[in-house]
Amino acid sequence: MATQILMPALSPTMEEGTLAKWLVKEGDTVSSGDILAEIETDKATMEFEAVDEGIVGKILIAEGTEGVKVNTPIAVLVEEGESADDVATAPAEAPAAEPEPSVAVSASQPAGGPGASPGRVAAKALEPDWPEGTPMKEQTVREALRDAMAEEMRRDGDVYLMGEEVAEYQGAYKISQGLLDEFGSKRVIDTPITEHGFAGLAVGAAFGGLKPIVEFMTFNFAMQAIDHIINSAAKTLYMSGGQMGAPMVFRGPNGAAARVGAQHSQDYAAWYMQIPGLKVAMPYSASDAKGLLKSAIRDPNPVIFLENEILYGRAFEVPAMDDYTVPFGKARIWREGTDVTIVSFGIGMQYALEAADKLAEDGISAEVIDLRTLRPMDTDTILQSVMKTNRCVTVEEGWPQGSVGSYISSVIMQQAFDYLDAPVINCTGKDVPMPYAANLEKLALVTTAEVIEAVKQVTYR
Amino acid sequence: MYEEVPPRLHVPAPAIRPGDDPDFSHVSIPRAGAVDRPEPDTKPEDMRDLAFSIIRVLNRKGEAVGPWAGTLDEETLLKGLRDMMKLRIYDARMLTAQRQGKCSFYMQHLGEEAISCAFQRALRPGDMNFPTYRQAGLLIAAGYPLVKMMNQVYSNDGDPVRGRQLPVFYSSKEHGFFSISGNLATQYVQAVGWAMAAAIKGDKKLSAAWIGDGSTAESDFHGALVFASTYKPPVILNIVNNQWAISTFQGIARGGAGTFAARAHGFGLPALRVDGNDFLAVHAASRWAVERARRDLGPTMIEFVTYRAGGHSTSDDPSAYRPKEEGSAWPLGDPILRLKAHLIHLGIWSEERHTQAEAEILAEVIAAQKEAEAIGTLHSGQRPSPRDMFEDVFAEMPPHLVRQRHEVGY
Repeated sequence: MATQILMPALSPTMEEGTLAKWLVKEGDTVSSGDILAEIETDKATMEFEAVDEGIVGKILIAEGTEGVKVNTPIAVLVEEGESADDVATAPAEAPAAEPEPSVAVSASQPAGGPGASPGRVAAKALEPDWPEGTPMKEQTVREALRDAMAEEMRRDGDVYLMGEEVAEYQGAYKISQGLLDEFGSKRVIDTPITEHGFAGLAVGAAFGGLKPIVEFMTFNFAMQAIDHIINSAAKTLYMSGGQMGAPMVFRGPNGAAARVGAQHSQDYAAWYMQIPGLKVAMPYSASDAKGLLKSAIRDPNPVIFLENEILYGRAFEVPAMDDYTVPFGKARIWREGTDVTIVSFGIGMQYALEAADKLAEDGISAEVIDLRTLRPMDTDTILQSVMKTNRCVTVEEGWPQGSVGSYISSVIMQQAFDYLDAPVINCTGKDVPMPYAANLEKLALVTTAEVIEAVKQVTYR
Repeated sequence: MYEEVPPRLHVPAPAIRPGDDPDFSHVSIPRAGAVDRPEPDTKPEDMRDLAFSIIRVLNRKGEAVGPWAGTLDEETLLKGLRDMMKLRIYDARMLTAQRQGKCSFYMQHLGEEAISCAFQRALRPGDMNFPTYRQAGLLIAAGYPLVKMMNQVYSNDGDPVRGRQLPVFYSSKEHGFFSISGNLATQYVQAVGWAMAAAIKGDKKLSAAWIGDGSTAESDFHGALVFASTYKPPVILNIVNNQWAISTFQGIARGGAGTFAARAHGFGLPALRVDGNDFLAVHAASRWAVERARRDLGPTMIEFVTYRAGGHSTSDDPSAYRPKEEGSAWPLGDPILRLKAHLIHLGIWSEERHTQAEAEILAEVIAAQKEAEAIGTLHSGQRPSPRDMFEDVFAEMPPHLVRQRHEVGY
């Protein structure tokens, strides 16, 4: 009986990969554990072993093929006596896993759906931060972040990167790809495993005149370092009477990815947003990731730069300019509308934009605002929009109590109370630590359906 | 007078990278039986040499030699071999299950089986381990059911931690296995605190802290040593030095210290350095440390020297940062093959019995796997109920969570 070999999910967030190399050819006999192929994910190149024994009957995906989706049949194993020609018509064995690699990811796929570039987001900014006619190129958030760091490191010899696995391994999420080669081990530094230690060290280096970029493998691990971030980096300029500050960036993935459980999924946007002395950015698109990170590195203050693991692989249009920066404190209106204002930031934008698309089908016109930075926060743009639409829904993955949305609600209540036709609704994650199980994780996160439901409530539909 | 030299930044790097020939000539390994065994009540300052050598019992001929030999009877040795074999076979099955999409993630113990399996033999019920993700042998050696472990890895409806934790983050109070923390090293200082509670209550239990070489850089490690040194509670401070913290070699965390074990000396604590691939040496050293705890002589640090023969996890490919052949060049050998050779030398084991045992254990693991998969895997079968999601956030469910639970229909 012929068995299909499927493209494996080598890491919890892998959706597709490159079939870099076949190490077997048609007709080869393989047994369980033999290396069949080398597969390149967004994180690493990994060997893929045979699970069953048999003869390689047919190779379905040629080596060098990029963007092979998880669970796509890549080869067929046959038994002795079966011919490769039978294979093409042999009934495929049911895949062990459901087609979607991750419920959370597939639930938030943009409406464009799977195609040549599944993560591509088509929507365009209404008020672009680049001059009209600027040539654009498609880039993933991952590449945009790398380019931002490389450009700033070329521009300023005081900028350096440090963190766990940033040098030799090119970053746990491959954000620092190529940086060690270009800048050497003096400026791209692997640290021992101690966030408390290397965050404190970098704060000291900033006091000493450098401009460190500290990469946290995830912001969950930055909990260890929070004393240095808040009590030292954020407050020393003030405490020293303006003599010494910490011009530096703390960056890394924040919030839920997929299947990483309670201790690796927390959204810290609301925590850091609360601290005077810190600036906080949480980009959604690749162009904002690039432009904001460049601004963050140049900023004389400590900046918390919150990225998202799921967005790393998403491609967006990025302006091909020599020195593209995005200012802090300026929201971006992704979509104009008249009936309701949806405010979000980071990966929350996916739910906001998806909801707006579906609401348009029902004749509800939603204006979608991406805050981009949470401190400073562009509340003027929110207020102007709410004065027009008279309704507001906020969207974030973090928890409800003390959320970013609850702050926005209070600003709107204080400054635009008379314009409101309905209470502001905050769409947030459920009030529980993140469970691991796929079905529970999906339930715990905010969903597009919940955003649509909230909009219908505030528009009384 | 001296010549001033501008300061340079020192970043330690391994001598060997992919493409080079593996070389462990820098690892100094004494003969089996060569290291003295002082009495457990010896003053720490009189046995500092133990932190710079390696305690070994099994020699190349499979004989148990020297002052640390003789702590285990034949029946326990046979059980120890089976425990290690079970852990290795279980790991291999779960790795394959991950590649088949039945779980999202897995971490194996390849080459490190002796440490957790032998250490557990030195404890008794009521003692508590604060493990990392690479000590599942503690559970297997304590008789924890394989099906429950698999249910946890598959996060199905039989998962004892109700779909809340990453695969391999087991938890069993009854089996002396504290919940794994994904944020490294927190357990180290907590183990010292648990032992302090035992000392305050006088309940004759001890705790064992576990950490990897890389995580000793964490502040929690250093805080743990301060408190262990000050309050002297009944705790064993284990370091598993498997040479690699994902891609960073042990020199990054160790820095200029001679050994990880030697860090204990600054805190006035005794430290042993032990061949982690030698089941008998692991047990003998563990028992020595347990005796110190049970006699209220204070904490002991043990550095187990071993090699992580597999990837850090299923998301890691070590060939990017170390030679592929490095594992087979590791001079302390394979823990299963070494204990097997010893048992054959004793005349209580044979190649035939080993092959037969492998088949029996494989059948046992496959049967457990069928049972677990009949309940469900990551994307199929019975999964934890949404009801479970809202329980245990607080000891009693607050009204707003009851409401949220009702909203999802439970």
